[in-house]
Amino acid sequence: MIWVTPLLNGVLLGGYYALLACGLSFMFGVMRIINLAHGDLAILGASLVFVIADNTEISPFVALIMVLPLMAIIGWALQRWMLERSLRAGVLVPLLTTFGLAIVIENGLFEYFGADSRSLAPYIGDLAFNSWAITGSIYVGSLAVLTFAVAVVLLGGLNLFLAHTSLGRAIRATAEDPDTAELIGINARSVYAVAAAIAIASAGLAGVFLAMRETFSPYSGPLQLIFAFEAVVIGGIGSLSGTLVGGIVLGVAQMFGAQINPQGFLIAGHVVFLVVLAGRLGLGALEARGGLHGSFRRP
Amino acid sequence: MSLLSVEQLDARHGLLHAVRGVTFAVAAGETLALVGANGAGKTTLLRTVAGAHKRAGGRIVFDGADVTAIPAYARLRTGIALVPEGRRLFAGMTVKENLLVAGAYGRPGSWNLDTVVEAFPLLRARINSRAGNLSGGEQQATAIGRALMTNPKLLLLDEVSLGLAPIAVEAVYRSLDTLIKAGATIVLVEQDIARALGVATRVACMLEGRIILEGRAKDMTREQVTEAYFGLKREQRATS
Repeated sequence: MIWVTPLLNGVLLGGYYALLACGLSFMFGVMRIINLAHGDLAILGASLVFVIADNTEISPFVALIMVLPLMAIIGWALQRWMLERSLRAGVLVPLLTTFGLAIVIENGLFEYFGADSRSLAPYIGDLAFNSWAITGSIYVGSLAVLTFAVAVVLLGGLNLFLAHTSLGRAIRATAEDPDTAELIGINARSVYAVAAAIAIASAGLAGVFLAMRETFSPYSGPLQLIFAFEAVVIGGIGSLSGTLVGGIVLGVAQMFGAQINPQGFLIAGHVVFLVVLAGRLGLGALEARGGLHGSFRRP
Repeated sequence: MSLLSVEQLDARHGLLHAVRGVTFAVAAGETLALVGANGAGKTTLLRTVAGAHKRAGGRIVFDGADVTAIPAYARLRTGIALVPEGRRLFAGMTVKENLLVAGAYGRPGSWNLDTVVEAFPLLRARINSRAGNLSGGEQQATAIGRALMTNPKLLLLDEVSLGLAPIAVEAVYRSLDTLIKAGATIVLVEQDIARALGVATRVACMLEGRIILEGRAKDMTREQVTEAYFGLKREQRATS
């Protein structure tokens, strides 16, 4: 029974990682951009919700509904005026651009908020610490379950959107071959902007759930980026369902690592990531599954 | 009046001048076959007309409007659809999805999923198969069907028989013949001279980026076209 609790908590933590990794995976799958500012954009979303919750009586969940469209607009604008130009200069330039963006966001947040850590936990009442008893000795946190549910709904919803809507099919077509997509009437620039809007809004959503479960500071973004990147690589780049699996594997590994040794939380996650990465590269499975060189796969 | 009018069109691949001052016109309901050896500039010409390749000079007038500066995705909505060389299907998507995605962004018209499947019966059994898993003939049928889903006024077909088994070529051309008889306007790039002469109302032969022979298919002999194809005779017009 001693392993059941970390297993359950690991699965639920994986929901958060999947939520966080969703936008990173989506952006790479559609535009081939590894967004190094992804974690910082998540923290930006959390900070915006914090400002609203801290200065008004508005619940963070209501504030989230207000902030998500703003994050989507930020994503759209970033694509139109920054990433699109970067991509024209070569595939490596967006890496530098998003790295620079990360530094700008971190220092902008530091300028406004200072270095203090903050949390949205005080603004969500009992949800921050309530738990449900599965059996007499096994409990799961309400917020962790909610986060997992949101991740499943987001990833499942995106899968359905990609498979069954005209815009979703246009995104997949553009992800596979933007030149040919233009030949059938799809404006690839617009599709990229929509995809960036979705990716950045989902990053903001993940950031808010991070801020509800723990503290965050202007410099929390890079660590979140690492977790998101690990979840994406473990699950298979460009696959949304794989992202959920990758998040769960990472979360479970971290929880089991923490059971073995208090320092094992991070180490176990990194080890699993490296083993999976080495295995995939070794077997050539990454390319065969549409991995690093692949496109956004059919759900 | 011409549906498509190309005037002094130039296109380059870096330093290579691939299309040099090409002028031609296509009337509604006409099938123009562009023939020529590899590297003659046929594909570049077609892609430039479709907006997929940047022109270096000249003008393209379609259906009475100057479309020269319009990007490819918007040019499609004026009624120009290209079936690119190598099919370029979305391999991870099913046949049905390939067709639907084109239908959603094209022009309104009579072509839809049902009519395309009717025109290309070999797609019926493979409608839910991934495009990447199809045979060459099935892929070509899907590529032409995808273009038809946009309800084009002008269909540009680039090397539809390239890399296909003879039986698949026959099947594709049977379907094309039906389209032509129904009054479709087509510009067809074809390496097979006999087939081009058989299906087209007019033939233009390209060499080194220029049209060096142009005329009505029924007035041309295979030998005439072959000579132009290999550059043995230059700058001749069989008829106006």
